[in-house]
Amino acid sequence: MSTITVGISDLNVAKGDDVLVTYALGSCVGICLYDKVNKVAGLSHIMLPNSKSFSGAPQPYKFADTAIIQLVQKMQRMGALPNRLQAKIAGGAQMFAAKGNTSLANIGERNVQAVKEELMRLRIPIIAEDTGKNYGRTLFFSASDGIMRIKSVNRGEFSW
Amino acid sequence: MNNYENLNEIQLDALREIGNIGSGNAATALSVMLQEPIDIEVPVIRVLEYEQVIESLGGPEQLLVGLMLQLGGDVTGMMMFLLKQEFAHLVLQQLMGVDFPENGELDAMAGSAIQEVGNIMAGSFVNAIGDMTGLTIDISVPDLCVDMTGAILSAPAIYYANISDKIICIEDRIGNQNMKAGTHVLMIPEEDSLEKIMNSLGLV
Repeated sequence: MSTITVGISDLNVAKGDDVLVTYALGSCVGICLYDKVNKVAGLSHIMLPNSKSFSGAPQPYKFADTAIIQLVQKMQRMGALPNRLQAKIAGGAQMFAAKGNTSLANIGERNVQAVKEELMRLRIPIIAEDTGKNYGRTLFFSASDGIMRIKSVNRGEFSW
Repeated sequence: MNNYENLNEIQLDALREIGNIGSGNAATALSVMLQEPIDIEVPVIRVLEYEQVIESLGGPEQLLVGLMLQLGGDVTGMMMFLLKQEFAHLVLQQLMGVDFPENGELDAMAGSAIQEVGNIMAGSFVNAIGDMTGLTIDISVPDLCVDMTGAILSAPAIYYANISDKIICIEDRIGNQNMKAGTHVLMIPEEDSLEKIMNSLGLV
């Protein structure tokens, strides 16, 4: 078994008994996609909802609207069928109360919303979700069974 | 100047001087508050990517105390104090005689004590910038978050993604005669505010 680390604004795929991991999701969102027949797993760590408000050539893995589709394509090349994919998502926390600055307070929520819209557009159902609240999460996603495991500082570990 | 990367060497030097004087002031204020001598080493000031900041603090999962302050007045943006556990421990010991809990769960009293320290240090830090530049800078009450470094830093990284994927990072080592602990101060002035600071120093 090997562990494949997915950094911020990054994505990757895994097969066999490999495990994808992304550390310390705060207001960012981790999107796990899984084809349970061919056992192909994919994980994307997005930072922002939408690439359209950024000029130049924005890094596509950074945004919900450009990263997830690329993850799907990468999984297809590994043998996954797009219409068989299911999603589990985590993150999008509100790390600071930020009273009086709602645009800052809502960054996590906006990310979760954008991820859900994009998954709906791609017709990928969300079968598990651990989002919002006010703490960081490390996410492990195992290719052998499609289990998403969430670890946080003081709240133990949960599997989805 | 739409990106901190575009700062030239002279402007970076000015930022270093600001960080230096700001950190010195903050240490003096802390010393008064804790009623004991506080030493500070010459800070290292760099423009870093968020991931480099995270690495320099011990990696994404390292438990850290984060204080976020919003800047207002002539300079808008954000300032963050990132305190390592040892530093938080020193402060809590000195102010309340209690330990920093290993799991990071601060009770209300300890939380407000840390917030107050952040408030005092940030206030004296921005006053130093104010004195150098003639600008008026207000700070909000600090917002506290004790969690994994990567998760704490996601907030400024996302909120200011339209300004820069780099950040002005002031690495301090501060403490008393027995121990020194790292604290990082992150400065995220908004675009026109950074320009204002440079303008007021005659460096554009």
